[in-house]
Order: sequence, then C-alpha cells, then structure tokens
Amino acid sequence: MTNLTELSKQMRTDMLKMAYSVGKTGAHIGPSLSLTEIIAVLYFSVMNFDPKNPQNDSRDRLILSKGHGVMAQYAAMKQLGMITDEVLLTFKKNGSKLSAHPSLNRELGIEFSSGSLGQGLSLGVGCALALKRKKSNSRVFVILGDGECNEGSIWEAAMYASYQKLNNLTVIIDKNNIQYDDFTDNILSMNPLDKKWESFGFETKTVNGHDTEQLIKILNMNAEKPVAVIAETIKGKGVSFMENNPQWHNGILSQELYEKALVEIGGANA
Amino acid sequence: MLDITPQNIRMWSLLGSCGAFGAAAESVVQENSNIVMLTADLCSFAGLSRFSKMYPDNFFNVGIAEQNMVGVAGGMAKEGLIPFVTTYATFASMRALDQIKVNMGYMKLPVKLVGMTAGLSVGILGATHISIEDIAAIRSIPNICILSPADSLETVKCVEAAVQIAGPVYLRLSGSMNNPPVYKADYDFVAGKAITLKDGEDITIIATGTMVHNSLRAAKLLKEKGISAKVVNMHTLKPLDVDAVKSACSSKMIITVEEHSVIGGLGGAVAEVLAGIEKKPEHLIIGVSDSYKPAGEYKYLLEQYGLLPEQIAEKIEQNYKK
Repeated sequence: MTNLTELSKQMRTDMLKMAYSVGKTGAHIGPSLSLTEIIAVLYFSVMNFDPKNPQNDSRDRLILSKGHGVMAQYAAMKQLGMITDEVLLTFKKNGSKLSAHPSLNRELGIEFSSGSLGQGLSLGVGCALALKRKKSNSRVFVILGDGECNEGSIWEAAMYASYQKLNNLTVIIDKNNIQYDDFTDNILSMNPLDKKWESFGFETKTVNGHDTEQLIKILNMNAEKPVAVIAETIKGKGVSFMENNPQWHNGILSQELYEKALVEIGGANA
Repeated sequence: MLDITPQNIRMWSLLGSCGAFGAAAESVVQENSNIVMLTADLCSFAGLSRFSKMYPDNFFNVGIAEQNMVGVAGGMAKEGLIPFVTTYATFASMRALDQIKVNMGYMKLPVKLVGMTAGLSVGILGATHISIEDIAAIRSIPNICILSPADSLETVKCVEAAVQIAGPVYLRLSGSMNNPPVYKADYDFVAGKAITLKDGEDITIIATGTMVHNSLRAAKLLKEKGISAKVVNMHTLKPLDVDAVKSACSSKMIITVEEHSVIGGLGGAVAEVLAGIEKKPEHLIIGVSDSYKPAGEYKYLLEQYGLLPEQIAEKIEQNYKK
C-alpha cells in the first residue's frame, strides 16, 4: 500500500515547484495545498482509476469543481506516472495542457473543464444519473470549495441530487475557511455548513481533511443517499507562512520563500 | 423518422413549434434510446407530456433551476447520452449563459439546448418572457450550431438534424400555435445550407424562423409594386451559409428579416460576412428594434416592431433604390 504521508509530502513539494516556476504570475498555492490529502486519498486508495487507462468506462469520476486547486491534481498525476517532471513545469505556461484551471483532457482523466465556480456539482449529478441509467457501479466524486458554496447553482444541484437519491455521488467540501478576498466569516459565512448539506438531503460527515485514515474510512462508506463530506482543512497546509493566511489564496513565491517552504515541507514528516 | 404527410404537417402547424418538437422527440427516441429530454418545470409547455409518460426513463424534470439543468445535461452528454434541454428561450439562453459557454462552447459537450417561444410570441407575459437577445448571446460563443426553423415541419427536421450533429446545438423555436406553414411537402434539409424558396431578380430577402413566412408574403406584395424579390430561408444561423450571402451580392439590395433584436442576430451575422466583401449592395436589417415595448399579444407586438408582412414590404419599398 502506498505511503500516503510520504506521497502527500512529494505532492506538496511538486506544487511548490510549479508555483515557483510561474514566477511573478503567481499561483493558487494555498487552495491547492489544502486539497493534498483529499486528492491523494482519492487517487491512491478510494477511487477505481487506472492511470494507464484513464478513459476506462468503469473508472470512478473525479470532478474538481474548485478548479483553482488543480495543482494538487497535477501533482498526483505525476505520482501516478501520467506526466513527467518536465510536463509538470509547463504548468500555467503559454499553451500548456496544465492550465491554471483544469481543461477537459481525456488522456489525463480530467473529466471536465472548470474554473467558473458553482458548475461542477451539476456536471457530477448528470454523470451520476447517466451512470445509474447504464447500471454502472462507478462512483462520482465532486470537490467543492467552501467559498464556492456561495454559488446558488451548487444548491440547485444539491436539491436535485438528493431528490434523485444519487447514492453514487459523493461531494467533498474543502472547508479551509478562506475565500478570495478574506476569511469566509468576513465575506459570506456558510456556517453551519454541515447543517445546510444535511437539510438538502445529504448524508453529511465532517472529517479532518488532512487525516488520510479518516478520509479513507468516510469515503468508502456506503449510503442510501448522496454523501457530503465536510473536510476541515487548513489553507496553505504544510507551509507555516501560508497556513490560514488569506494572502496565499493566490501568491507569488520569491526564491527565499520557496526555499523556506521546501525545507518546511521536507522537514514536516521527516 | 416521422411520416411527412399533409395531415401531419397540418397537425404540427396547429400545435406550433413546441408541439412539433414534442412529436419529433417521441420519434427520435424510438431510434436512439440514449436521447433524453430535460425540462425546468415546463413539461407540457415543451410539448413533452406524452413523452414523459411513454419514456419515463428518458425524461428528467429538474424543477425551476435552469443553470443546474444545463450542467446536468453536460454531465449526461459526457457520459454518452444525447440530452435535449427545454425551457423558454430567454431562460434557456441567458439564465444559464455561463453554463452554456463552459459546457457547450468550451468543452463542446453535445448538449441540445432548445429555446421555446423565441421572439415575441409570449409578449403578453411581458419582456421577461420574450426572447430577442438569444441569438446574439449564443452566437458569440464558439462551437455552438444554431438552428432556427421556419415552421413546424422544419422544427421536426431540425430535431432530427440536432441528433445527427455531433456537437452542441441551440435550437431556436419561434412562433406560436397555429404556426403558418412555409413547407407543405417534404424537402431536403441540410444544416448549414440555406434554402432559396423563391427566385427574384432585384433584391434578396434573407429571413429566419417565423419571418421566413412573413418575408414570402412581403415578396408577393412587392411583386405588385414591381420589385422582384428572392427569398432565402437561413435556417442555420451558425455556421452561416456564407456562399448564400455571397450570391445575394449580385442583387441590388440585401434585406435580412428576423424576430430578434437588430443587434447581433441574423442581420449582424450577414453584415459580418458583407464586411469582407468589396462589391456589395446596401444591406437593410429588419428586426426587433433595440427596445422593450409594453406587453401585448403576439400580433400586436409584431406590428409594434414593424414585422408584419405589409410592414416589411413597405420598409423594403421605401429603402429600395432602383
């Protein structure tokens, strides 16, 4: 079995490399780091996904609705052997397939383009309905941001998912408590978020979004209804000066900060 | 395939474009069980009452939530279904415009978006329900084919074509019940290829949707005034039949007629082609002026905007220089 702690460390290191490589353009490093364990657990433990055959019809579907966190997904793809170091560093460069927000790519198993917030859950509901029609056992995972839950279309989709009893659908909310402008509590607090999902008809569980064992247990749970997992995370997790700091939603890494961050990530689990 | 008989054509015309759409839906699903119909609480309005009972597994009523509907259709399309999404044209096109851009434009997911009662036909309900902006909005998004049938038979043809087209489609249904037929018998319909309905020497009228019928009638009136008009049915607004526009340049005047804003619709599309042509005649754009008028019945509003056959003929006559 893959050592998820070591894997998460390598993913974080690659995310920092990507963010540093784009220079003063900056990158969504904070909201990518908060996703690390969620993405790691999905690709390396929970999901039925063959990196050598990413279009296999029996695969589980992963939809990253909070598309700005895509560095975590690219980092996982490198660990899966789907992209090389060289390709990884094309991130956010002109014409690259590794765009700042995910672009639909069947070879990379990127199910949909995202970046315009609030749309991924509807796509997931459509997939889940189609999969049920096909009598497929594939599951659908949709990752949302907590800030993204401000979007009304999320709740349109949530209503319909529970009405349709889509127990093949799991929503994971990366609840890092920070959105673009500031802490969510200072913009539009969604608390109590768990009660909202519950009242919309979801089997709702709250977990530590950086605890891989907890995540695996919850994500493998069978339910009669669609599932909402509130993953409590720390934005910028792993790098002290980024952690829980709204400045790092989208940030620029100087050489000095980059080196400092690398040491912290490398040393975190040494 | 539906039988195209005089009786059926009469029945579809009576039902109008929504009813004709429903009949076509029942037909295409028999040949392809991957076809599904979605609606946002407008099942009977979209002509789908019988469909929903006959094919419950192919029918999804998502409630009053258009953005979710287009998103759900995107997910279904990615999984190999052929989803038709139905609601009033104004909500279909603009309530969910970002979803249309991302899913249909950017990702090219083969969603078939159906805008019912496009134009002015539901004008009695107010400007919230009319749709005079939908072509402009959707035409500006890459990769989406736009079909705008002239009558109920062509609506049936367009539904069949939309199934065959591999990519995303916006099907713009204009007119009301008792839609006057342009076609009285079967004919060849090819998406992207305009149809000349009447030849003429002096001017070319290019029309779309309901205005094809009104333009044919206008052409008759113009004939009495000694103006010979060719009438072209531009049933596909995107990709536009550029050759049809080029060949219209040999006449003394080009007139576009549409039940849509004069900004960004058929007139705009034709003007974009003409801009690149050196020798071209004058182009008169007839459509809904850039305004919202007080609510009123269909014919009343057509008159307010100068879109009745007599008004079209008169406007052309005024502008035509021999």
